[in-house]
Amino acid sequence: MQMLMQTIVTGLAVGGIYALMAVGYSLIFSILNFSNFAYGGIIMLGSYMGFYALTLLHVPFAAALALSMLGAAALSFLNERIAYSSLRKRHAPSLYFMISAMGTSIFLENMVYATLGSSYNAYPEIFGQSSISLFGSTIGKLDLFAIIFSLIAIYIMNYFIQHTRTGIAIRAASYDSEVSQINGVNLSAVIGLVFILAGLLAGVSGVFLGMKYMAYPTMGWITNKAYISAVIGGLGSLPGAVVGGLILGVLESLVSVYVSSLLRDVFSFTFLIVLLLVMPSGLFGKYLEEKV
Amino acid sequence: MSYYVQGVLIMAMINAISVVGLSVFTGFTGLMSLGHAAFIAIGAYTAAILTKLYGFPFVPSVVLAGIMAGMVSLVIGIPTLRAKLRSDYFTIATLGFGEAMRVLLENLPITQGARGLPGLTPYSTLPVVFIFFVLVTFVAKNFVFSRYGRMAIAVREDFVAAEMAGINLFNVRLRSLFFSAVCAGIGGAFQAHYITYIQPNMFTNVQSTLLTASVVAGGMGSLTGPIIAALVFAAIPEVLRVANMWRLVAYGGILVAIMVFRPQGIFGYKELTFKGIYRGYKHLAAKVTGQGGAK
Repeated sequence: MQMLMQTIVTGLAVGGIYALMAVGYSLIFSILNFSNFAYGGIIMLGSYMGFYALTLLHVPFAAALALSMLGAAALSFLNERIAYSSLRKRHAPSLYFMISAMGTSIFLENMVYATLGSSYNAYPEIFGQSSISLFGSTIGKLDLFAIIFSLIAIYIMNYFIQHTRTGIAIRAASYDSEVSQINGVNLSAVIGLVFILAGLLAGVSGVFLGMKYMAYPTMGWITNKAYISAVIGGLGSLPGAVVGGLILGVLESLVSVYVSSLLRDVFSFTFLIVLLLVMPSGLFGKYLEEKV
Repeated sequence: MSYYVQGVLIMAMINAISVVGLSVFTGFTGLMSLGHAAFIAIGAYTAAILTKLYGFPFVPSVVLAGIMAGMVSLVIGIPTLRAKLRSDYFTIATLGFGEAMRVLLENLPITQGARGLPGLTPYSTLPVVFIFFVLVTFVAKNFVFSRYGRMAIAVREDFVAAEMAGINLFNVRLRSLFFSAVCAGIGGAFQAHYITYIQPNMFTNVQSTLLTASVVAGGMGSLTGPIIAALVFAAIPEVLRVANMWRLVAYGGILVAIMVFRPQGIFGYKELTFKGIYRGYKHLAAKVTGQGGAK
C-alpha cells in the first residue's frame, strides 16, 4: 500500500509536466488541427534559455523562469509566422503542416547540437535534494513545486480562455475558423496569440524538465509523451490534456514499478496506438471527420 | 571507379531504395509516416541475424528482410488503416509504432539490446545494390502506372470522392504501405551489410523524417523526383564535406522552405524520363548552335 501510494505520487509529479506540455500542444491542435511536432524544439530551447539565464546571467530563479517563458513564446510565435502562416493562407492539407513542423523540429534540434554541442547541462540546485512527506509517501520539493506551478499555470490559461473576450475569440476560432472570421475575429492575430500562449507553457515545461532531467538537444523527444497525454484526454481539449497527462504519468510509473521499467515506453506507445484505434476522441475530445 | 565514389554511390542507392517505397506511400496516397525507420530496422535486423547467426546466403536474406518488414507493416497497417484514422492521427500512430519498435529492439535478447549486432560481412557491393535498386524502381513504376496507382492518386487527391467512386480506401492504402515497408526492409538489409554493424539508435524518427524529406523535396506524386532527391541528399554532404549535424540543420530548413515556397516539390507531378532528357537535350543543342531546330 505504501509502495502503491509512493508510485502514484511519483507518477503525478511527472504527469504534471506532461500535462503542461500537453496543454500547449493541444491548444495549437485545437485551432489549426494539426500535430505541431516543432513544440518539442521550442520546449528544448526554453530549457536552454532557463539554463543560461541561471548560469551565465546569474539571475534569480523567478526571473530565469520568466525569461525562458518569454523567449519560448517569441520563438513559438516566429515558428508560426515563418513555417505555418503561408500554408494556412493557402488552406494547405494538414500533411504539409506536419512536414513543415517536422522540418522546424529537425532544424532547431540540430542547430543547438551544432552550435552548443550535445552535452547534458545540469541546472544549478535550486530546491536542493530535500523532500517532504505527504500522505505517508515522500515527494521532492522540486516535484511538488513543479506540479503546483503547472496546475496554477494551466488554471490561469483556462480562465483566460473561458472568461475573457480574447479567450472567446480563441474558442470561436478553434470551433470554426471561417465563421469566426466572418464575425469579426482577426484570425491571424488569434493564431499568433495561441502560439504565444503555447510558447509560455513550453518555457515553463522546458525549465522544469531541465531541472528534473537536465537540458540537452534531443530533450524535445519527451513531447512524444505530450502527444500521448493529449490523445488520452482527447486532442484539442484542454481539460482533457491535463487529465491525460496525469493519467499517463501515473500509468507509466505503475508500469515501471510493477512490470518493468524497460517496457515503460513500449507500454506508452502501444497504449497510444490502441487508444487511437478504440477511442480516437479520447476522454473529452471531439473527433471531427477530416475535411477535404 | 575509386573506392570512395563507389561508397557514396552505394549509400545513395540504398537510401533511394527506401525512398522509392515511401514515395509510393506518402507521395501517392497522401499519408505521412514517421515510423518507416522501424521498417528499415526490421529489415536490417532480419538480414543481419540471418547472415550472421544462421549463415544464410545474402540475397535470400535481403528478400526475407523485405518480406519480414512487409509482414510487420500489415500488423500496424491493418488496424490503423481499417479504422480510417484522420491523417494526423495516423501519423501520430506511426510515430508511436516507430518508437515502440526501437525500444523493443533495445530490449530483445536476439538483437543484443543497445549493443547491436557488430561485425557483419560487407556484402552490399555496387552491382547487387544497383540491381535491387533498378528492380525496386521498376516494380514501383509499374505499380504507380497501373490501375492501383491511379486509384492511389485518386485517394490522395480526394479520398471521399474516391470512395464514392467505388475505390476501397483500405485496400489501396494498405497495398502502398506494404510495398513501402518491403522497400524499406530491403534498404535496411543493404544498409546493415554496408556499414557492417547495426544498433537500435540508428533507426530513430529523424531517419523517418529524412526519408519523408526526400519524397517531399523530390515531389509528392513523382517517382524520379524523390529518387533524384535521395541521390542528391546522400551525395551533397560528401561533396561539401560538411559535418553531419549541419546537414541535418539544412534538411530541416529545406523541408520548411519547400512547404512554404514550393509544396509540390522540385519535380511536382512530373517524371524525369529518358525521352524527356533527350527532348531537353535537343532543345538545348538547338539553342546553343543557334539553328533553332526544335521549333
